Amino acid sequence: MATIQIAGKSIEVDEDGYLVNLDDWNEELANALAASEEVSMDPNRWEVVNFLREYYMEYKIAPMIRILTKEIGKKLGKEKGNTKYLYELFPGGPAKQACKIAGLPKPTGCV
Amino acid sequence: MAKADFEIPDIKNGVSVPAVKPGAMAHVKYHPASEAHLTKLGFPAKRVDNWKEVALAKMNELMGKYKSLSLFLDVCVKCGACADKCHYYLGTGDPNNMPVARQELMRKVYRKNFTLGGKLFGGLARAEDLTEEVLREWMAYFHQCSQCRRCSVFCPFGIDTAEISMAAREIMDSIGIGQKYTLEIIAKVHDTGNNLGIPKDALIGTLEFLEEDVKETTGVDVKFPLDQKGAEVMLIVPSADFFSSPHVDSLVGYAKVFHAAGISYTFSSHASEFANFGMFIGSYDNTKKIATRIADAGRDLGVKRIVVGECGHAYRVAYSFWNTLAGPFDYLDKNHSVPTHVCEFTDELLRRNALKLDKSANDEFTVTYHDSCNVARASRMGTEPGGQFEIPRNILKAVCNKYVEMDPEANREKTFCCGGGGGLLSDELLEVRVKGAAPKVSALKEVMDNQGVNTMAMICAICKAQFTKVLPYYDIPMEAVAGVHQLVSNAIQLGDK
Repeated sequence: MATIQIAGKSIEVDEDGYLVNLDDWNEELANALAASEEVSMDPNRWEVVNFLREYYMEYKIAPMIRILTKEIGKKLGKEKGNTKYLYELFPGGPAKQACKIAGLPKPTGCV
Repeated sequence: MAKADFEIPDIKNGVSVPAVKPGAMAHVKYHPASEAHLTKLGFPAKRVDNWKEVALAKMNELMGKYKSLSLFLDVCVKCGACADKCHYYLGTGDPNNMPVARQELMRKVYRKNFTLGGKLFGGLARAEDLTEEVLREWMAYFHQCSQCRRCSVFCPFGIDTAEISMAAREIMDSIGIGQKYTLEIIAKVHDTGNNLGIPKDALIGTLEFLEEDVKETTGVDVKFPLDQKGAEVMLIVPSADFFSSPHVDSLVGYAKVFHAAGISYTFSSHASEFANFGMFIGSYDNTKKIATRIADAGRDLGVKRIVVGECGHAYRVAYSFWNTLAGPFDYLDKNHSVPTHVCEFTDELLRRNALKLDKSANDEFTVTYHDSCNVARASRMGTEPGGQFEIPRNILKAVCNKYVEMDPEANREKTFCCGGGGGLLSDELLEVRVKGAAPKVSALKEVMDNQGVNTMAMICAICKAQFTKVLPYYDIPMEAVAGVHQLVSNAIQLGDK
């Protein structure tokens, strides 16, 4: 299993760089994961990441993209509640890239 | 345009047969399956010591089981009709992506070990043993085949490379070498009922969300029922419909069609997946186990009919193999096809004038249709030959004012694969996917440039995910991708039922 070095700690990740142990996640690690994806975290991106984590804690799976866009629309304004805006925040895709930064497993399937 | 660390094929002037670039795609590697997933699916946890003997014994077993496989290994005359027909060859120029050469990777081992000429004359008879190097070629190039069967349309003997690549993957799994993407997904279906691993509570939450969301936008109570015993229809969809965009827009479309028709239906939490990746790895046992989940769910719910959503390869499994894998479906109403494709279901309602439509709702779209390979070449829809081509088109023409055909040489029975089918829809295979998409994207671009097309409709979850990802590499927005029932959803007028 691969590892990444963050703040002197060695963190286990899978082949695609997703955390193996969800408990390893913290904000510093999220910033580092974002940097490795060439994304720099700002308040709007944190809204997405925090919502993904909250949803995952409740349901043990990332939310449907439509649920995420609606939630972001509620929090940041209707004009931002769409997939296009989420791709602006996370060019690698709201499901895969944002989940990675949020420390969630990679979504699998025809996605 | 999306960035890539590899060269994007130039499709400005269409896609022509490329110069041969030996080894151009030999570097491609998929992520290996974990020991846990290999074991769960009934394969050795890691590569067995006597792997060569086990592989050859498996090959022998498969040739005994599947007459087609041994026939395909015997009858090729190297005429070359298939050589320029594979989208992966056209997109990469790697000669091992010519179907004949891909088949030859297995055929040379077959000759060496199972034919007199090969045993006696070796290389002179184009025979070669299953060496470490040959195994590496198998791993690389049998995962650059999307099992789309386009080559078989042009082969004078009908040799089907898909079947050879499925057998090769089954042989590799049997010695403990597997691909993470497909095996992890199959393991999730066995555990949770779907590819994504959506637990029941999350599925309930998702369906409730959709009910509220549709109510907000239409003012109508469209239901998304789960585990409703005694419903007329069980609707089985790819689980990507519960997660991704634009997939979910077709899901909403199916629900609206059921609402408008006044026919009761239900999803199942036990079988919350239509996809069946068991076929991609040629595993009869795993394909059967996934299909059986669906057959059991329908029986338990007491439904009269099974309707299936927009998913290409799963429709092949359902249409061609369900009956022998998990049949007889004797609990279903004999007056309907088993399974009924959701397009067939909607088309039947359209023919009876049972749906109220406002085509102008789609006036911002000029639509073309992409034939998904497994629907086009491995199944039929409805009662007429070619129904799998005509029925989705009939629906599109009923719900859109502006419909345009792509070049038939790149569509219908000769359709080019999206480039992500057959278990290749994995991020580490992005180079294969982007390059393999070139022929289809070229056909799309032609109608975009010349006829104002801005939307490509399709009925496959893999195609939707693949095009959403790869179109931006060709400077085409991902919003060009749509499901057929997404467009139905836009146009359908819901009255009170």
